[in-house]
Amino acid sequence: MKINKPLLVGMALTALPTLALAQDATTPSFDEIGPYIMTTLLFCMAGFLVFFMAAGFAMLEGGLVRSKNVTMQMTKNISLYSFAAVMYWLIGFNLMYPGDGWSVVGWLGPFFSVTTLDPVGVSAADAALDYASIGSDFFFQLVFVAATASIVSGALAERIKLWPFLIFVVVLTGVLYPISGSWKWGGGWLDARGFSDFAGSTVVHSVGGWAALAGAIVLGPRIGKYKDGRVNPMPGSNLALATLGTFILWLGWFGFNGGSQLAMGTVGDVSDVSRIFANTNMAAATGAIAALVLTQLLYKKVDLTMVLNGALAGLVSITAEPLAPSLFGALWIGAVGGVIVVFAVPFLDKMKIDDVVGAIPVHLFAGIWGTIAVVFYGDATITTQLTGIVAYGVFTFIGSIAVWYILKATVGIRVSEEDEINGLDMSELGMEAYPEFSKG
Amino acid sequence: MKLIIATIKPFKLEEVREALTEAGIRGMMVTEIKGFGSQSGHTEIYRGAEYAVNFVPKVKIEIVVTDTMVDQIVETITKTAQTGKIGDGKIFVIDVNQAVRVRTGEKDEDAI
Repeated sequence: MKINKPLLVGMALTALPTLALAQDATTPSFDEIGPYIMTTLLFCMAGFLVFFMAAGFAMLEGGLVRSKNVTMQMTKNISLYSFAAVMYWLIGFNLMYPGDGWSVVGWLGPFFSVTTLDPVGVSAADAALDYASIGSDFFFQLVFVAATASIVSGALAERIKLWPFLIFVVVLTGVLYPISGSWKWGGGWLDARGFSDFAGSTVVHSVGGWAALAGAIVLGPRIGKYKDGRVNPMPGSNLALATLGTFILWLGWFGFNGGSQLAMGTVGDVSDVSRIFANTNMAAATGAIAALVLTQLLYKKVDLTMVLNGALAGLVSITAEPLAPSLFGALWIGAVGGVIVVFAVPFLDKMKIDDVVGAIPVHLFAGIWGTIAVVFYGDATITTQLTGIVAYGVFTFIGSIAVWYILKATVGIRVSEEDEINGLDMSELGMEAYPEFSKG
Repeated sequence: MKLIIATIKPFKLEEVREALTEAGIRGMMVTEIKGFGSQSGHTEIYRGAEYAVNFVPKVKIEIVVTDTMVDQIVETITKTAQTGKIGDGKIFVIDVNQAVRVRTGEKDEDAI
């Protein structure tokens, strides 16, 4: 959207009569309310961009699983998003941003504090003019927690039961993510220690990655994936969908990182948002190129799924500090992310950890890298970053392992062998993604 | 009557169909299959893990003809489906006991 100079001048001129009369303080100038309006707008727009990442995740995962599991993957994606939305309203938002209402200062916010929006037609006098509307702030943060939950669904595809998975999502989005998130973005103890994570390489991506890793370990690999010391590939059903998903995620990331500037009411802020857009884009591109070149060298043929993972890893890598680096900085930070992923994927297979879409390499491994990379251009030391990485790792991994084990011991998390072989679409849902092409 | 089963390379289907139509064939069944003969497996890599690709996509054509037409049809298929490289396919001829046209109830030679 181009800024229309004459329009701005016109707007300023119409404010003049107000300024002349402004002996009373009840009619605020545009100067006073402009930043609030712009920041609220930023949150709304960035928010719906990040919302659309849910479609990105759905397409990426749907394309990388086999046909017999596609419908289930779609169901998981739309359901987890919906549960995340409700849990964040019910508990998560205020737990993560306690303001003055900490239960244990710096560590634990208020429990069961439901979110309330600004009243309809809130006046300038009642609004938080130094920031943005509650609704925009809530919405923007909500789509982030939904992204975290999405990360888990990809890694655990093709053998997990639907409802236990959704129960895990409820705990992740309502409890685990908000508590750990409050330590940094909510102004908690990690923030006080100087830990730096602009848009969530750790807070969002590594949290999703740790939860996914815990789940993959407890759940176990797919039947036939690791047999007689060999790794058996199970190629995805639709690489066009997977590519579409990656592009949609790339698009959404502009909102993810750009919106995390948390302000757009000054020249500096809006220019920073544009810096973030440029850096984010660069990192994705070089992440993709790194994977492209590496797979060509290592395997003599380019692997599209690795290129897709590489682009996403580049994005995750820049997410901890998308503002400060120069474009060259974003270039190499993203490229390293791509390199990490190409090696991490076969490494996980060697550990017999079956991650269907590469979520753990992209979000956990690259997330850790991105968090460390802040020391090169941003305001952080290796100590502050490692403190955060370890704190989030311990909390999320242990918390997740506990939930997965409880679910496994009570309701079971894995479908039966026969169901897994027939495909989750038939066994869990009783419907096929492509009924005309199979037994019908 | 005889059933002619022919496996050919998929890109040859259009050519073979045209030639068969010119030769007087008025119906055929086509299935997409996978198979191998001497053109067997090679390995590919997916996300760092090697796997064997044993099967190659082929097209199977099935036609039922009168005994007198068999040699001509087999030759037509052979000539048009041939590329000279391995994987050109195979043709089998087997006996057919009965044929029925569902719409009219006509039997045997009248049905094909």
